[in-house]
Amino acid sequence: MGLSRRDFLKTSIAASTAATVGLPISKQAEAAVKASEAGWQWDKAVCRFCGTGCGIMVATQDGQIVATKGDPDAPVNRGLNCIKGYFNGKIQSGKDRLTQPLMRMKDGKFDKKGQFVPVTWEQAFDEMERQFRKVYAEKGPSGIACLGSGQWTVQEGYAMNKLFKAGFRSNNIDPNARNCMASAVAAFYSVFGADEPAGNYDDIEYADSMILWGSNMAEMHPILWSRITNRRLGHKDCRVINITTFRNMSSDIADLEIIIKPNTDLAIQNYIAREIIARDAVNWDFVNKHCVFATGPYDIGYGMRPTDKYAFPAEKDTQAKELRVKLDKYEAIAQRRKEGEVVEQQNTADPARHWLISFDDFKRAVEPYTLDFVAELAKGDPDESLDSFKAKLRQLADHYIDPKRKVLSFWTMGFNQHQRGTWVNEQVYMNHLLLGKYAQPGNGAFSLTGQPSACGTAREVGTFSHRLPADRLVPNPKHRADVEKAWHLPAKTLNPKIGSFYAKILRDLEDGSVKWVWVQVNNPWQSHPNNNHWLKAAREMDNFIVVSDAYPTVSAKVADLILPAAMIFEKWGAYGNAERRTQHWRQQVDPPGEARADIWQVLEFSKRFKIKDFWGEQSVPGLKADGFPDGKLPSVLDEAVKLGYTPEASLYDVLFATPENKKYKWPDPIAKGHDNHVVRLLGDGWFPEKALWQEYVQFGRGKGKDLADFDVYHGDKVRGLKWPVVGGKEVPWRFNEQYDPYVKKGAGFEFYGDLFKAIPKGDLDKVTDPTPVSVAGKAKIFYRPYAAPAEQPDERYDLWLCTGRVLEHWHTGTMTRRVPELHRAVPAAVLWMHPEDARARGLKRNDLVWVESRRGKVQVRVETGGRNKMVRGYVYVPFFDEGVLINRVTLDTTCPISKESDFKKCAVKVYKA
Amino acid sequence: MAEKTTTRREFLLQVAQGTAVAATGAMLWLYMLRQEARAHPYALRPPGALPEPDFLAVCIKCGKCVNDCPYDTLKLAGAGGNLPIGTPYFTPRDIPCYLCPHIPCMKACPTGALSPALKNINDSRMGLAVIDIENCLSWRGLRCEICHRECPLKGKAITLETHPRPISKHAMFYPIVHSDACTGCGICEKACPTEEPAIRVFPHKMVQGKIGEHYRLGWTFDTEITQDFKPSGPPATGGAPAKPPKKAPGMDYLNEGGL
Amino acid sequence: MSSIEPTRQDAQASLDKIRARTLPQRLWSWRYIVLRRVSQLGILLMFFGTAHWGWQVAKDVPLLTGNLSASKFAGILPMADPFAVLQIFLTGHVLQTEVLLGAGIVFAFYLILGGRVYCAWVCPVNMVTDLANWLRMRLDVRPIFHITRNVRYLMLAAALVLSALTGVAAFEWVSPIGMMHREIIFGLGLGFIALLAIFLFDLLILKNGWCGHLCPLGAFWSVVGRHTAQLRVRFDARTCTHCGECARVCPEPQVLNLKKIAETGYVYSGECSNCGRCSPLCPEGSLAFDLRPLIRRHNERSARVVS
Repeated sequence: MGLSRRDFLKTSIAASTAATVGLPISKQAEAAVKASEAGWQWDKAVCRFCGTGCGIMVATQDGQIVATKGDPDAPVNRGLNCIKGYFNGKIQSGKDRLTQPLMRMKDGKFDKKGQFVPVTWEQAFDEMERQFRKVYAEKGPSGIACLGSGQWTVQEGYAMNKLFKAGFRSNNIDPNARNCMASAVAAFYSVFGADEPAGNYDDIEYADSMILWGSNMAEMHPILWSRITNRRLGHKDCRVINITTFRNMSSDIADLEIIIKPNTDLAIQNYIAREIIARDAVNWDFVNKHCVFATGPYDIGYGMRPTDKYAFPAEKDTQAKELRVKLDKYEAIAQRRKEGEVVEQQNTADPARHWLISFDDFKRAVEPYTLDFVAELAKGDPDESLDSFKAKLRQLADHYIDPKRKVLSFWTMGFNQHQRGTWVNEQVYMNHLLLGKYAQPGNGAFSLTGQPSACGTAREVGTFSHRLPADRLVPNPKHRADVEKAWHLPAKTLNPKIGSFYAKILRDLEDGSVKWVWVQVNNPWQSHPNNNHWLKAAREMDNFIVVSDAYPTVSAKVADLILPAAMIFEKWGAYGNAERRTQHWRQQVDPPGEARADIWQVLEFSKRFKIKDFWGEQSVPGLKADGFPDGKLPSVLDEAVKLGYTPEASLYDVLFATPENKKYKWPDPIAKGHDNHVVRLLGDGWFPEKALWQEYVQFGRGKGKDLADFDVYHGDKVRGLKWPVVGGKEVPWRFNEQYDPYVKKGAGFEFYGDLFKAIPKGDLDKVTDPTPVSVAGKAKIFYRPYAAPAEQPDERYDLWLCTGRVLEHWHTGTMTRRVPELHRAVPAAVLWMHPEDARARGLKRNDLVWVESRRGKVQVRVETGGRNKMVRGYVYVPFFDEGVLINRVTLDTTCPISKESDFKKCAVKVYKA
Repeated sequence: MAEKTTTRREFLLQVAQGTAVAATGAMLWLYMLRQEARAHPYALRPPGALPEPDFLAVCIKCGKCVNDCPYDTLKLAGAGGNLPIGTPYFTPRDIPCYLCPHIPCMKACPTGALSPALKNINDSRMGLAVIDIENCLSWRGLRCEICHRECPLKGKAITLETHPRPISKHAMFYPIVHSDACTGCGICEKACPTEEPAIRVFPHKMVQGKIGEHYRLGWTFDTEITQDFKPSGPPATGGAPAKPPKKAPGMDYLNEGGL
Repeated sequence: MSSIEPTRQDAQASLDKIRARTLPQRLWSWRYIVLRRVSQLGILLMFFGTAHWGWQVAKDVPLLTGNLSASKFAGILPMADPFAVLQIFLTGHVLQTEVLLGAGIVFAFYLILGGRVYCAWVCPVNMVTDLANWLRMRLDVRPIFHITRNVRYLMLAAALVLSALTGVAAFEWVSPIGMMHREIIFGLGLGFIALLAIFLFDLLILKNGWCGHLCPLGAFWSVVGRHTAQLRVRFDARTCTHCGECARVCPEPQVLNLKKIAETGYVYSGECSNCGRCSPLCPEGSLAFDLRPLIRRHNERSARVVS
């Protein structure tokens, strides 16, 4: 017991000993707990960190969070937490918590080159509005942008999305989720026509083989990993296979570890497909009924700019790959061409287009992916023998093909942050569909998400530059019309031109085409690759950057205005996790000082604008859409008047505080007495988080995306619900008639997603018949070839660099580095390196080195031991540490289809600092 | 006059000398006290001992507990040893505490350093047994488990867990110590048959960790969702001050430059 | 007040008397010293016998358990060192009744008897320092330096302040008295080194260095009973020849300031330990143990006789 000598002074020995001595120590602790817990108020909530979505309980007393615990009733985690989750109660109380708006000022006025000075919210919004109006007048909807987040609450994302797309008529809103799971989304769209996994976490307890593709779940999804481990230990035939580019902690429990070279997962999956066909293991019943074969163009570039105008001199050679690629030996074989052939990248503008092919074409396409070919190409550990590697690949194929085994594939950033991320996602479905091992308990391909609401906010709400709520797309006129109707907007209010994606917004800042950016709940200037460009763009270009955050991040440091944000338990909200589970929580405590919820910031800012500011004619360079004049958004003000709006109406009243929404009044008994600082500050008596939720859910109802009512999630017994919630019931496995009421009776399976379900026909190289053919209800089995990485180690930059996370820190460490215990545990990023590589460079463990690429360099200490065992030629540096801004070094290629950045591969050199 | 000056000087000198002697002595003394009080934290105290800092303060070093221990378990620490001087302790490998039900040592204590609040000897917490699983015969698979059988609180303080043995068809019996029942009597340490005991008793402070106050193990107790939540006091936000403060958290870092 | 100042000749006559003592007379003059040793060793022996040989006063009633810090006599009479209890109190701890009662009993005892009776009759270190003192006189060791005997009061203050500061009973943790006693009763440690240090200090460095200058326990007892002690050494100024022999043997000679004690009629200082060295030696019978209430009457009668 922590009773100090001074405590004894206060009480007599007799009294204090009676309370301590004589009781077992654990009972003493329990007694102390009981005593200290009197007056605690508990409520359910959700973990702030990863996409697993663990339930927690939060206790408050005197307006402070005093404790948290894992929620034993939460099916995801059953009371457990990882070490980040353990600290949920401490993330909001870092010493440097931002509590006041800060603006760059000189002589009492905003100045881009000034120092940060505390200002009032009024001053902050005044300058923000002034800058916004200036930019909007000059550049229109394309000149502004928002960098959002998969860590926004659902309602925050929904509000900002609506403000941008309906209010400002700009699609330049994109979340950091773009860099997290956009590739998964693109593949869900192209393969199934609908986003998000068919299965759920319960698949783990049914699976016989669990195969990790580029996912170090042991560190990145610790609670799910304990479920996998439990399944592995408790079920004697269960096997775990870890396919990775270096030995990570997931290998500890794995039965088979396959170390591969970057990008060769593309070839390995085609090898498995080839084996499936060669061994006559295609599930023809399933394939014939539910699948079609498809392919697309190969020459799609690497998601870089088409020009090298902005490239540093050293990176021009890598940049040139965007325009033309000289095929190496392996690509030549894989793509049925000649080695050394120079391929102009002609399909960079529409890389996602695809067409139907025949099974015979498909079979012909995978034919070159023999074991010999793939093993030679893919073997990642130079110290492993080719025979050993071949044996492993064969075993991998055995696991997939064995008809008695239920196979569950998992992946995270190894697939998604990939120059062919969409392809490699499509390929994993290719094999599951060929075998008919999909959408059944234990048989599935499960795309794990990184962020707590990548699914809930970014994907389902559609806070991407090309999306609208519930799988609707910006360029689709029908979808826009749906949304305009639901939002009571005049027709053609919504901008039909896809906005700038995440990386593009940063590029737009660099080339001056975007001049006003609002960043919420993310830290792009630490987390986006090739960072030297964006750091420079933020500080040296004429632009205005607003960062809403709880702590002074790198992004805040390069901003012009910093808005102090409320954190998770200081506001009402909802997150959606990787298994489609939506979980809500209430405000537990007030935010400190002047910090306020992001949703309040959005609503309050919207009060400053009138519809006439935006709904007149707007110039949108490059806009080309049916029913729209080229380069212009028409004026919809007349239509608006017909709908009953006056041009003077504020965006706040038209978009948010609508008569419909104002029916959701505060106070509301569902609050059970909890406060809502947003309501209090708005002061007009409605309950925005509930009203906007109820407005939002109408988009998914009847479309296979049904969410329940606000109050349902707040029920005491509910621990989140997996959508679609049909008739009050969750759907555990989608597309499967047994579990999913959306599937037509008797169909068995139906992939009812309706996106990209009419496509032309062709052969392996081209479209032969452009007439769209309906493939409704079917999933597509794609052939996608191996493609070499844009940048590979050479004599000058002789090592692969991979970045990622560590268990102890969340993303850029904004929260976890403020928890003293986590900071103490892992204070700084290190560079993991093979001991031989270190020796060859004269380096020892803990030496300070430069890691340098064509784009930049940072200093970091060498680690040759520890949790990651690198193979020779490969180094790993996590990105949480702002003292080691590794993204100055990384390459900003993206998957050309999904536009998701590839953080996992670029060429560097390492030398002593 | 001259004589008087001399006397005053002598007097002052005497005062100075005395003060110097006392100050030097006191400093040396303080050092010794600190050394002693920080002496070996490994001392195992008799049953009912107060938490160590309080025990060290309250124990008057009279040795009556030693007098009354029927097994000669207790010793008083001598000067110059590695335990705080004059205080009672025991060495389980020599003589453990045999857990007299009437707790004579505690009853003999005149000061309460061995607290009379201890009513049941099984509630005493002299230390905690810790197993070196690398050198424990049972953990290596041998059928030893002497500690388990000898434990006066067998089945509570030490339990056996059975696990399959990976290299044969014989099960392993792992002794596990439970801090909620272990008294720290040291009978296990005395009984352990290895050359150096593979189970040893240490003071709790030496071996026990502590979960942070901010976290509870979720499944160990129930927490109902509070139905009538009472937010604290007047709201912190709202009523924004007309003038912002001159300083705000985070400013120093944000303005220091360096990117 | 004496009307007749003693002369040099008177003093010399007194000294001659002392030198002329017969052996039995000499032995008789050691009577208090012998009694003190009996007392000191006897107490030690009772503790030791109880601890090691199971001495009992009745079945299952041990004779004397514990040690000088705290003890129990015959299973009924608790005793404790009030100075130790005071230090513990200053560490911020309240103690149990038994030890408080014991401390109270001991305190009251010495309050009445004279605090430093403890030093001369109970404290085992006294045997060591007496030996050192005797040897020092024999070897005629010259003093190196003098420091004021009041240092012990600073030490007393330091003991109390350090107890409050460090949270442990400061003197109890370094006390050579406790070490000696504990180690004799409960077994050996390295406490004898501290005793050896005290012995050498007293012998070679400072006369009566430990008991007369430094010991805070002695200082504590000096304060206790200063005004209440009933057993005191009576001084009859009228018979005193100022031969100075008493001061020569006295371990606290400052208490024998003849001018001052002549006024009170007895050795009033709390620093007198009633060791009984002076009175058997006094050739004129000017010094003798007496109970305080009787002293005035005695001296008045004596004055009458002389005048």
